[in-house]
Amino acid sequence: MSAPSAAAADGEPLIRWDWIGRNLDGVIAEAFREHLVLSFTPVLLGLLIALPLGLACARWSRLYPVVLAATSVLYAVPAIGLFVIFVAFTRLTYATVIVPLALYTLSVLVPAVVDGLRSVPGHVRQAAEAMGYRPLRRLLRVELPLALPVVMAGLRVATVANISLVSVGALIGIGGLGQLMVTGMKWPGGGFATPIIVAIVLIILLALAADLLLLLVQRLLTPWERAGRGRRGRAAAREAAAPGRAAAGEGGAA
Amino acid sequence: MITFAGVTKRYPDGTVAVDHLDLEIPAGRITVLVGPSGCGKTTTLRMINRMVEPTEGTVTVDGRDVRGVDPATLRRGIGYVIQQAGLFPHRTIVDNIATVPYLLGWDKKKARARAYELMERVGLDPALARRYPAQLSGGQQQRVGVARALAADPPIMLMDEPFSAVDPIVRAGLQEEFLRLQRDLEKTIVFVTHDIDEAVKLGHRIAVFQVGGVLAQYATPDELLARPADDFVTDFLGGERGIRRLRFFKELDAEESAGAADGGGAAARAGSDGSESDRAGDAAAEGDGRTAAAER
Repeated sequence: MSAPSAAAADGEPLIRWDWIGRNLDGVIAEAFREHLVLSFTPVLLGLLIALPLGLACARWSRLYPVVLAATSVLYAVPAIGLFVIFVAFTRLTYATVIVPLALYTLSVLVPAVVDGLRSVPGHVRQAAEAMGYRPLRRLLRVELPLALPVVMAGLRVATVANISLVSVGALIGIGGLGQLMVTGMKWPGGGFATPIIVAIVLIILLALAADLLLLLVQRLLTPWERAGRGRRGRAAAREAAAPGRAAAGEGGAA
Repeated sequence: MITFAGVTKRYPDGTVAVDHLDLEIPAGRITVLVGPSGCGKTTTLRMINRMVEPTEGTVTVDGRDVRGVDPATLRRGIGYVIQQAGLFPHRTIVDNIATVPYLLGWDKKKARARAYELMERVGLDPALARRYPAQLSGGQQQRVGVARALAADPPIMLMDEPFSAVDPIVRAGLQEEFLRLQRDLEKTIVFVTHDIDEAVKLGHRIAVFQVGGVLAQYATPDELLARPADDFVTDFLGGERGIRRLRFFKELDAEESAGAADGGGAAARAGSDGSESDRAGDAAAEGDGRTAAAER
């Protein structure tokens, strides 16, 4: 991208605040809104596909290498190529970008679901079986909740990667904030840096905000994760301060 | 009563885990399955609640073939304590204990009230109710495991090396309390361990398995120590058999020592080691005056 240096050579400032002010409610807001839709819809769609696919892979382990190979190959296809192929099916709509991006997320989300399910300790799974859980209920109430931390980690990676990847859609005219970059690059007279910088800053902010949001959701959904770390020392200290209670907790055994 | 009749478990790769097992497990007592690893004791245990299905033979509980009962329903009626406790890491202690009541559709209030009652029963501070398993010590986790197995008051409890993951001092305490608990509850308990000391301490009857899933001997602890059936059992009991036997007599309570004194007498008649059986007799006499009188 040689546009910024070209602009600077003209003696223009790197950022033209007046341009931002004029376009904030117009082009910029519109691009940002589109970027939001194109960022989160594919991840959601990908998760909906990855969950059953990951469950199947965890259950029939011979299926997993096949699915893994397929999603990896798909991931290796350049985004622009997939977009062009999909234009034939979807015409130029949001779906042209959303469907390929959703397929990309599978290469992260399917392994996340499989690894998450595999992270459930064997003795916990057996205990659930021995208590009289039927398979579906065991999956929903024991295995999936315990897989959640790993699945959420995958979801964060997929979301951030996708927020950045959306920009490529600008090459076929559907690229959210990527559209601003194209605008900047194609500006008459050797390019214009301001829209490009605005796009980059907003994409980074969006990625950070999304990651933080998902982290908070994960914390809320998995309170036991934090309880396991560090709090045991505090609990022990409390018991030491109240010896009667500690004795009741561990009986005469300790 | 739990009955194994001609039960064999053979895996597709040809491994035989349990070989033509005939075994009657009495109601209201602790029966210990003991043996080295790979002897099929856990497999045997799991055939009772259908976590493992036998290849041949039948397992019946109170005369009913377990294969006639839906597995989930069967399991909700049989307590299970697993090695390492197997607690659900994402549930609080009280919800872990209330697992089976929830599965049986009890309302939340009743299930939790039952869980608190059991916490007290197994010696857990109610202040721990809202904690997660990772915040408890190994010994406390095992207590939760026992409480969870007892939650729906099942007549049968299966226990798979429940105390082997905790240190010896905590284990001894847990064993003592377990015996005390069982005196009140009188559950039919099948207890798996690889530790012969634990077997002798806890079992009313002991089934010794050898590798390949063959039942080597099924007897009371006293009989087992006095008259091991073969070389394998003798080896498995180890060199300290005499000392173990002494300790065993000291641990007997009034009710059980009557039968044990019999065994002591039998050992004396066998007369292989006079001084040992004398000491055993003394120990039994010390334990209970009534027994001593009966022996005279």
